[in-house]
Amino acid sequence: MKEPIIAIRDLTVRYGDLSVLNHLNLEVTRGEIMVLLGGSGSGKSTLIRHIIGLERPQAGTVLVQGVDVNRCSARDLTAVRRAMGVVFQEAALFNSLTVQDNVALPLRELTQLAEPVIEIMVYIKLALVGLGDAEQLLPQALSGGMKKRAAVARATAIDPQILIFDEPSAGLDPIVAAEMDELILFLRRMFNMTLLVVTHELASAFRIADRIAMLHGGSLIAVDEKDAFRASTDPRVRQFLDRVPDPVLDSEAFQRHLRQLGGFTGARA
Amino acid sequence: MSLLDRVGRQAIHGLTDVGELSLQFWTGLRATSSVLPIVGKRGHWQAAIRQMLQIGVNALPMVAVVNACAGFIFAMQSGSELRRFGATRFVIDIVAIGFTRELGPLLTAIVVSGRSGSAFSAEIGTMVVTSEIAALKTMAIDPIKMVLAPKYVAAMIMVPCLTIMSSVFGIMAGGVFMYLNANMTFPVYWQAVADTILLRDVLAGLVKSVAFATVIVHVGCLEGFNVRGGPEAVGHSTTSAVVKSTFLVILTDLFFTAVFYITRGL
Repeated sequence: MKEPIIAIRDLTVRYGDLSVLNHLNLEVTRGEIMVLLGGSGSGKSTLIRHIIGLERPQAGTVLVQGVDVNRCSARDLTAVRRAMGVVFQEAALFNSLTVQDNVALPLRELTQLAEPVIEIMVYIKLALVGLGDAEQLLPQALSGGMKKRAAVARATAIDPQILIFDEPSAGLDPIVAAEMDELILFLRRMFNMTLLVVTHELASAFRIADRIAMLHGGSLIAVDEKDAFRASTDPRVRQFLDRVPDPVLDSEAFQRHLRQLGGFTGARA
Repeated sequence: MSLLDRVGRQAIHGLTDVGELSLQFWTGLRATSSVLPIVGKRGHWQAAIRQMLQIGVNALPMVAVVNACAGFIFAMQSGSELRRFGATRFVIDIVAIGFTRELGPLLTAIVVSGRSGSAFSAEIGTMVVTSEIAALKTMAIDPIKMVLAPKYVAAMIMVPCLTIMSSVFGIMAGGVFMYLNANMTFPVYWQAVADTILLRDVLAGLVKSVAFATVIVHVGCLEGFNVRGGPEAVGHSTTSAVVKSTFLVILTDLFFTAVFYITRGL
C-alpha cells in the first residue's frame, strides 16, 4: 500500500455547541485524485480549512507529508503550505492585481528567481490552463471559468505536490465545468500531483475521481473506489446518488408550532 | 444576562483586543524590514509608495482645510478673551505651541483615522470575505508582511509629514487672524512664531504623530483581519475601526502629553 500524503486521524471540530466534524479518519495516498462528496453543511469546507492549517481542531490530527499541521512549528507549516496549492471556491484572486501579477505573486514572494524567469514561468502556467492571452487582464474582466483557471495557474505556480480544489464546478455552466474536470485530469497526468477535490457535482466526481469519500453530518459514511462507491447500498449514499430529497416540511411539527403561535394547547373544547 | 456577566464579557472582549493588538504590533514591527528598499521583498516598497499616496498626498487637501479652519477658530476664541487684557499678541504663542504640540498631530490623526483607518479595515475585511487572506496563508505568504507592513511603513512616514503640514496650515490661519485684527504682517508673524516654538515642541508633536500612525494602522488592520461573515461585517468593522482608533488616539495623546509634562514640564 502506498504511503498516505494526507492522513486525518480522529478529527473533531465543534463551533460552540455545534458539532461539525466527528472523529473523522481519512487517508489520501500520493498521486491519487480523492473526491470529497457531501451535501451543503456536511463539513467539506471545514475539513479543507483544517487540512490547510487555517483552523485548529478540538481534537485529532491532520498529517500532511507526515507533519502535523496543527502542532508543528511555523517553519514546518510554511514548508507544508509550499507543498500545497489551493483553488478556492470563489477563486480568491487579488482584485487589484492583473492575472499575471496574481500568478507571479507566490514566485516573487517565495523564490529568488529573476523577474524575466518569473515572467516566462507565469506565461507557461497561464498557457497550460488556456489563459496565455489574458495576462494583462484584471480579475473583474474574467468570466467565472477563467477566474477558476487563473486560480489554478496561481495554485500551481510553485509546483505543489498536493492540489486542493474547493467546489471547482460551482457556478459554472456544464461545458465550462467539464473543461475544469479535464483540466484536473490533465494536471494529474502532467505533474503527477495528488488532488483532493471537494464537490457535490456527481457527474464531475465520477469523471475525475480515483476514490470517493462521502461526508454526512460531519462524519465519513463511505470511502471507496468510484465504481464501488457508485454501487453502494448505504441508504444515505443512495439518497445522495439517486437525488432523493429530504421532506421539506414535517407536517406534525409544523402544525404543533402553529398551534403554539396561536395560543392553542391542543385540548379541544 | 446578569450585569456581572455583561461586565465580565466586556472585560474579556477588551483584554482580547489589547492582546491581539499587542501581538499584531510586534509581528508588524518585525515585518517592516520586508518593506524597506534594497533589503526588503521586491514589490513591497512599491506597495508602500502607493499607500503613501493614499495616506499622505491624497489627504493633504482635507488636512489643510481642517487645520486652517481649526487654526482660525482657535485664534478667534483665544483672541476674543486675550483682547480684554490687551494681550492679543499672545494669540501667536497659543496657536503656534497649540498646533505644534497638540492640535496638529491630533487633527491629522483624526483625519487619517477617518480616511485611511476605515479604508484599511474595509480593504482587509473584503479580502477576508473573498478568501484572499486565506489564499495568502495557503501560499505560505504572511498577510502581515504582505498587507499590513506596507501600510505601516507608509503611515510612519506620511503621518509625521502631514502633521508638519497641518501645523503649518493651522499657524498660517493664526497669521491671517493677526493680520486682520492687529495689522501684523506675515514676516513679523512668522518671526514671532519662530521665536515661540522650540525644537522640543516640534519633536513632541512628531513623536505623538508616529504613535498615532501606529494606532491607526494596527486598529484598522486588526478590525479588517477579524471580519467574519459577509459584506455587512465589513461595514461594521469599518465603523468600529474609526471609533476605536479615534478613541485610542486620544488616549495615546493623553499618555504622551502627561509623560512630556512630567518629564520636561511641557
